[in-house]
Amino acid sequence: MSESEKPRIGVYVCDCGLNILGVVDVPAVIQYASTLDNVVVSREYKYMCSDPGQDIIKKDIKDLKLNRVIVASCTPSLHERTFRTTVSTAGLNQFLFHMVNIREAVSWVTTDKKKATEKAKTLIKAGVMRVTLQEALEPKTEPVIPEVLVIGGGIAGIHASLSVASAGAKLHLVEREPSIGGNMARFDKTFPTLDCASCILTPKMTTLRVHPNIKLYSYSEVVGVEGYVGNFEVTIEKKPRYVNEDLCIGCLKCVEACVYKDARFPNAFDLGLAKRKPIYIPFPQAVPMRVLIDPNDCLKIKLGKCKMTCVESCEKDAIDFDMKPERLTVKVGSIIVTTGFKPFDPRRKPQYGYGVYPNVYTALEAERLLSPTGPTEGTPLLQDGTMPKSVGIIHCIGSRDENTNVYCSKVCCMYSLKLAHLVKERTGAEVYNFYIDMRTAGKGYEEFYKKLLEEGVKFVRGRVAELTTAPLSNAERGKLILRVEDTLAGYVRRIPVDMVILSVGLEPQNDAQELRRMLNLSCGKDGFLIELHPKLAPVSTATDGIYIAGACQGPKDIPDTVAQAGAAAAEALALVHKGMVEIEPYAAVTNEDLCSGCQICVGLCPYYAIEYDAEKKVSRVKDVMCKGCGVCVAACPSGAMDQKHFRDAFVTAEVAGVI
Amino acid sequence: MKSYLYYPGCSLKGMGGPYEQSLFSTFRKLDLKLTEIPDWNCCGATAYLSVNGNMAIALAARNLAIAEKDGGRDIVAPCSGCFLSLNKAKASLKEYPELRAKVVDALGRANLQYAGTSKVRHPLEVLMNDVGPEALKKLVTKPLKDLRVVPYYGCAILRPYEVLGDSHTPTVLEELIRITGATPVDYPYKGRCCGGMLTSGVQAVGLRLAEILLEAAKKTEADVIVTTCPLCHYNLECYQDHLRKSTGKDLDIPVMYFTQMLGLAMGLGEREVGVDRLLRRPMTVGVTA
Repeated sequence: MSESEKPRIGVYVCDCGLNILGVVDVPAVIQYASTLDNVVVSREYKYMCSDPGQDIIKKDIKDLKLNRVIVASCTPSLHERTFRTTVSTAGLNQFLFHMVNIREAVSWVTTDKKKATEKAKTLIKAGVMRVTLQEALEPKTEPVIPEVLVIGGGIAGIHASLSVASAGAKLHLVEREPSIGGNMARFDKTFPTLDCASCILTPKMTTLRVHPNIKLYSYSEVVGVEGYVGNFEVTIEKKPRYVNEDLCIGCLKCVEACVYKDARFPNAFDLGLAKRKPIYIPFPQAVPMRVLIDPNDCLKIKLGKCKMTCVESCEKDAIDFDMKPERLTVKVGSIIVTTGFKPFDPRRKPQYGYGVYPNVYTALEAERLLSPTGPTEGTPLLQDGTMPKSVGIIHCIGSRDENTNVYCSKVCCMYSLKLAHLVKERTGAEVYNFYIDMRTAGKGYEEFYKKLLEEGVKFVRGRVAELTTAPLSNAERGKLILRVEDTLAGYVRRIPVDMVILSVGLEPQNDAQELRRMLNLSCGKDGFLIELHPKLAPVSTATDGIYIAGACQGPKDIPDTVAQAGAAAAEALALVHKGMVEIEPYAAVTNEDLCSGCQICVGLCPYYAIEYDAEKKVSRVKDVMCKGCGVCVAACPSGAMDQKHFRDAFVTAEVAGVI
Repeated sequence: MKSYLYYPGCSLKGMGGPYEQSLFSTFRKLDLKLTEIPDWNCCGATAYLSVNGNMAIALAARNLAIAEKDGGRDIVAPCSGCFLSLNKAKASLKEYPELRAKVVDALGRANLQYAGTSKVRHPLEVLMNDVGPEALKKLVTKPLKDLRVVPYYGCAILRPYEVLGDSHTPTVLEELIRITGATPVDYPYKGRCCGGMLTSGVQAVGLRLAEILLEAAKKTEADVIVTTCPLCHYNLECYQDHLRKSTGKDLDIPVMYFTQMLGLAMGLGEREVGVDRLLRRPMTVGVTA
């Protein structure tokens, strides 16, 4: 700093309405600040972040030739960017600004006005001492790779992919199942409009398949993510289908020709309710329409001995029993996570007899029973092949329950209504809904509930205590008896039914934690991924360049999922469109005169950003790769490492101001 | 020889005599040692718990504290009521620090310390887990062929402490029945209420519950009901005449303890397992044939 550039500091203290003023004596703080060294002006304003507030700062910079600015207000994570922009539009380097937090760190954490005012004064003094030393810096910019990765090919991933791709950006979609479509592909109808789920989903799936900007990696998983916003390197593992995806045309002759004449292995898409052969397609509308072989079932792969009639039948020579998992890497600028949910396992509530009594199904299984491509071709049947005369649908299985998940899974009331409607329509059965509260908030949802009431579906308010097969009368013999306190009628009822559908809640995927760690995201107590801000940044995460959408963030229905997917796509596209990201110039620098070349820092740097110059015998920081974590600064035994904007002298000055 | 502390509770020293007798003889046969907890007192079960919960828990805790002095052996509590109240006391003292402070203080004045370290177990679980089905099978010398058995667990050893694996549809008793060579019948009421203390307090309700169980058991055409609890045993066995008179239904069916069944299958004599002390002797339907 030259003599002519003697520090001229402006201190601006924000009232934040009554947030700060209610506890801190702001006029006294202003008075105090004006007495500090190098402070030219100190002012109070009701809302510093407002346009008039910012204008005061700008005007002072020009009129009073300020070359340093302090704003004492809220946390830097809210408004540091705002004020940096303010000072730079007035011609001051943004790194000559410093923010002091007197709201979260002072006024919000005490009611003691005297102590609060003292603390505010002290923090401002520390800030003034620090900003006096601060230096002008220029932020680095890095190019953004104009490609996007989507993890998970359910409706969220499909919608996000199409949005990004149709805006012209290149997109990579990774789906771990053999086909995209997710859980929505399992549904017959959707609430509340009763649209056919496949009719609205499959057009999107096929569009995605042929889209020139989309590369689909089905039956693949993301196994590694390196890098940072704008520049991620992603490792994808393709699981072996044992059928060459590029050669197969989906004619299914091999499936026909398989030595197993009957389908006898449980099909995962049908949740094991229907059977398939060792060589199969997951479901008729699968995308990609490519067969695959399950190595656990295939005689050739398992035992090495088979007539291999499938190979004979394949005109394209697509079957390859020696296929191995393959790894490939893609480089993308941003990532959208749409990995969805897993249904609650009702075995954890043994009183409902799931897995013990036949004819007790989960809601997702009921979706398959109601699907024309499902095991019963759309008419739910009992295990003995007859039609149920009465069906009980129990809400809130695993949800709103102190013993399992305390949260409401949000979609169950509505899907239960939909299932009730479809079951009644297909079988004519008497349908009972057992609910705690009906939660039908949403466009057209309450109307749908009313429609069901008019259709004669029965609603019993009460949590079912147990499901038993122990009859007390002949009418109950051979039935599943639901014992429930009807809290509207005020007595305990026993309702015998033929079939029970458990409206299970939504839970995070089993491997949500591993994914979270790989992507450096955080999740809440319930295990769902957390957004950056619940209201104002609902699809962003704490990791720049990674966005979340759909049920991986929390239980939600298709409309909300699609809306979030669109929002996440917009965020990713904003990065692509901007073409670059600003990176804070907080890199460490070596004072080569002090460096002894011990190389302790080289090994410690988590980003491999330090290289050793053998000729000059010094360690040097690679600016672009340094993230400014400060590990090397702390570790250097010679004090040769210093980090820009966090130089030892700045921090020491700030600490000196506090004490 | 595996060794356990034995907490008899009031039942096994009274109405549940045949249970204690058969427990001792079968455990001896299996080379398992039982040492009775010295100076034990009431477990604080049912009635007391509803009158004064804290006092009931303190009573139970005294037994646990005495047991802790012994130094780590598991407590075997054959009565389901004792099993439940001792475990409940343990859980409550863990969950509620204020209650624990009070109880620890009270016990301290009697020169007792409570740390909550001892484990309270039911003999059915001990047999199946510590001895194991394989070892039990080897000791069955007189398989109870052709005997159809109703497996009845009652509620207290099933819920809420799920020591038998499944709180609603358990299968271990069925497994034990198969080990003895007998056949378990399908009995959906196996974990439902026997009437409990209501058979003496509110008889109209309590006896109706026992009636439901007996009627269903009769329908299975089984030869005998096997129980795991002296109170269940009492409710199912002792009111059969009374219920026949009041309902006009034939509800006569022998009832015996699972330890008696196992003992007979292992070749113990009727007197050794106390079958001769039952109201309806299962031998009339050929148990020992």
